Amino acid sequence: MTAAGAAVVASRRPGRRRMHRRESAAAFLFLSPWLIGFCVFTAWPLLYSAILSFTDYDVIQDPSFIGGENYAQLVSDPKVLTSLGNTLAYTALMVPLHVIAALGLALLLSRAGRAAGVFRTAFFLPKMTPPVAVGVLFLLLFNGQKGVVNGVLSWFGIPGPAWTTDPAWVKPGLVLMSLWSVAASVVILLAALQAVPREVLDAAAVDGAGFWRRTFGVVVPMISPALFFVIVVSTIAGLQTFDEAYAAFFGAGNTTYGNDAALFYVIYLFQQAFQFLHMGYASAMAWLLFVLIMAVTIVQVVLSRRLVHYEGRESW
Amino acid sequence: MVSTTALPRVGPATPSELAAASTVRRPRRPDPRRIIGRILTLTALAGLSLIFIYPFLWLISASFKPRGDVFDNRLIPRTFTLDNYVRVWQEAPVGLWLLNTLVVTVLAATTVTLSSAMVAWAFAYYRFPGRNVLFGLVLATMMLPGAVTMIPTFLIWNGVGAVGTLVPLWAQNLFGSAFYIFLLRQFLLGIPRDYFDAARVDGAGHMTVFWRVVLPLARPALAVTAVFEVQAAWTDLMRGLIYLRDSSTYTIPRGLKALIDAFGFGGEWHWEIIVTASVITTVPLLILFAVAQRQIVQGLTAGGLKG
Repeated sequence: MTAAGAAVVASRRPGRRRMHRRESAAAFLFLSPWLIGFCVFTAWPLLYSAILSFTDYDVIQDPSFIGGENYAQLVSDPKVLTSLGNTLAYTALMVPLHVIAALGLALLLSRAGRAAGVFRTAFFLPKMTPPVAVGVLFLLLFNGQKGVVNGVLSWFGIPGPAWTTDPAWVKPGLVLMSLWSVAASVVILLAALQAVPREVLDAAAVDGAGFWRRTFGVVVPMISPALFFVIVVSTIAGLQTFDEAYAAFFGAGNTTYGNDAALFYVIYLFQQAFQFLHMGYASAMAWLLFVLIMAVTIVQVVLSRRLVHYEGRESW
Repeated sequence: MVSTTALPRVGPATPSELAAASTVRRPRRPDPRRIIGRILTLTALAGLSLIFIYPFLWLISASFKPRGDVFDNRLIPRTFTLDNYVRVWQEAPVGLWLLNTLVVTVLAATTVTLSSAMVAWAFAYYRFPGRNVLFGLVLATMMLPGAVTMIPTFLIWNGVGAVGTLVPLWAQNLFGSAFYIFLLRQFLLGIPRDYFDAARVDGAGHMTVFWRVVLPLARPALAVTAVFEVQAAWTDLMRGLIYLRDSSTYTIPRGLKALIDAFGFGGEWHWEIIVTASVITTVPLLILFAVAQRQIVQGLTAGGLKG
């Protein structure tokens, strides 16, 4: 029954306003977990971290107001610059490769017929692997001297770089490792591919479009909303990358690592907050990240207006 | 309705019927190009699958090798040993870590599934003032980076004296989670409203409808939610780093990180310990996935079938 239908039924009954009020009361009862959670764990933290970002706070002593000093320090802190640069470089490299890999795998899977299930399992297993273990695997497989990746490269006569120690190669290595966990995006794109009507593809084939033309002229535009979703989500994830790099390069007794090549923004934020107890400064860092992520997402949304094709908005 | 026979029928054919008809009517000669394409696709997929599976095989195999052989890159250990497992169990309270993780995971998954279902039900069924605004807020919180709320959230748990316990690792799940609320709402919207209205007309109260009608009908989506959250809770490192102080309270990812610190950064790298601990951390989730994969797929497709 539609909402309009329900309203008609309700209007025939006496005491309709009282019933509406009861309905609302029940609705808010069911909503209450989220309402409480939103106030306590979203709205308040958001507000409080904004306040903290203008204070000096080490958890032991009360926060003291220091105006915009934290923000001034952000600009002059070389590690902020380094970690921001690392994070942007990582994201800029990871997102395109992630999308290409996900699209390639999804296209292959969509043509695999019944065998797709087995392969999908193989691609999905890495997604179930704890990121700490992925960090360990990175150190093992990408080891410069004994790692299997360089072993394979040497078959082709390519001397592999020292992925885990050479500052220039740490980020590309981490990006390659991250492609191992591409499965969630593959599943999303595969679902979109399967929703592309056969008739459209057949019509394109009849019109003489070859495989590549069909794929990039018809299929990719038709799944562009899903592609856009994957791009936005993987960008946000990239800008917040933490687990794998932290597991592999940072830890107790090891707060810095070779030229800080793997010092990502959230790692530095985490260190400032929970290792140095600079809660105010870390809050300012968090707000910078928040603004950055919002800005990047808004840019992506604006660009997508031109590039993403939504079914049904066009007249046929 | 999908017909399996190619009987002529009035009305437009569905795509699947067209596909079925074309295979039945035209006894096509096998198109060599199509066969080659199919072979190429399957070969590529098989090769890629091997690449995706290889790290697991490498890791598991290395956990059975003596220290000197870890990097020999053989999938079958030259010398097979269980020493690493014994050693890890002696060095760290791994059993306790697994138990802690199990407690956190079970609590996290059950609470978030139930609370998110309640909220999703409110958004899917009831009409109340401010519904669209509130739902917009739910969607907005999905985009909120966790790093922004991380510090005040820590201060809240610190204020109530919960730092050092397992509570902060799951208790936020009592209040639902935006992504699951969205997922479950979409699923509930796919169920005809009449099911719920019928129960109401029969005199069932709001809570009874939720427990007796909504939850059973939503079971496939609830299963998906629970499995997703089990994965998230089991693999969570950040919260373990922030909230857990004593080794006896560690979850397994936090414990693995402690072992990396102790046996890696601590000096000479004892890779065999780290590798074995990684296997212990990973394998339970792989088993869960093997068991639950069918349920996940069924759950996701069931949503589409009910429309």
